[in-house]
Amino acid sequence: MSQFNEDGSVGAGDCGAGHDGGAEAADCEETVHRLYHYLDGELTDERRKAIQAHLDDCGPCVDALGFEAELRRVIADRCKDRVPAQLRERIAELISHERLAGDSAHP
Amino acid sequence: MADQAVFAELAMEYMPSLYSAAMRMTRNPSDAEDLVQETYLKAYRAFGSFQEGTNLKAWLYKILTNTFINTYRARKRRPEESDVEDVEDLYLYHRLGTGASSSIGRSAEDEALDRFTDDEVKAAIESLPESFRMAVLLADVEGFSYKEIAEIMDVPIGTVMSRLHRGRRALQKALAEYGRERGLVDVHPG
Repeated sequence: MSQFNEDGSVGAGDCGAGHDGGAEAADCEETVHRLYHYLDGELTDERRKAIQAHLDDCGPCVDALGFEAELRRVIADRCKDRVPAQLRERIAELISHERLAGDSAHP
Repeated sequence: MADQAVFAELAMEYMPSLYSAAMRMTRNPSDAEDLVQETYLKAYRAFGSFQEGTNLKAWLYKILTNTFINTYRARKRRPEESDVEDVEDLYLYHRLGTGASSSIGRSAEDEALDRFTDDEVKAAIESLPESFRMAVLLADVEGFSYKEIAEIMDVPIGTVMSRLHRGRRALQKALAEYGRERGLVDVHPG
C-alpha cells in the first residue's frame, strides 16, 4: 500500500484520503514535500502522476497547493519596479554610440 | 551569430524585468541602474557570441548575475546562508487566516496574502541571503526552469534545488514576520 514511501518509511498521511484508487498515489507528506517541484513542473512523469492521484482525493492538499500557487503569483506580482525613463534613454544612447563607434572602426 | 544591429529591438523589452531583478539584488535604485546599464553594454558587445534561437532572456540574466557577483563581491554580504533558520513546509499557510472560507472559492489564507503590500514582499525577498534571493527571484518571479537557473548561476541543478527550497521557506518566514506585525498572522497556529 502507498502508506509506505519509496524509502520504506511510513507516510504521515493525515487527510484521510483513500489510497485504494491506485497503489501509486502519493501520501500527504510526500505531496506537501514536493508541492513546489509539482508547481515548478520539474517532477518526473511518474512522480507527477502520483501527486496528481493524491490531489484528486485530498481536499486539504489541494488547498495547500492553491495557497502556494497564489503565494507565487503574489510574489511575482509585487516585485515589479518601473524602469526610470532616463535609464532607458541612457542605455539606448550608449548602445547607438557603441554602434557608431563600431561602424566607423569596421566600415 | 547574432547581428548587433538587431540587439536593441530584441533585448530592450527585457529591461523592466532585469531592472526589477537588479533592484532586489542591489537593494538600491542607484546601484540597480548601474548594474542594468553595465549589463546592456556587456550584452551588446558580446552579442556576436549569442546563439540566435536560444533563450535571450536567460542569456541577459546570466550577464546580469555575473556582473552583480563580480561588482559586489567585495562588499559585505549579509545575511549568510548559515544565518537562516529553517522552518517547516507550509509555514506561512499554517499561520495565515483562520482556515474558514470568507467567500466562495477563496480561502481566508489566500485573501490574507493579498493584503501584503509591494514593499513588504520586496523587503522579504531582499532579506534573504544573496544566493537564496537570486534562486527565488529567477524561479518565482521570472519563471526560469531549474536547468536555466543552474546555467545562469553557474551551479549544479542540485544546488539550485536546495537554494530554492531553503530560500522559499526563509521567504515564508520573513513574510510571516511582516504579517505578525500587522495582525494578519495567527500567533499560535492550530
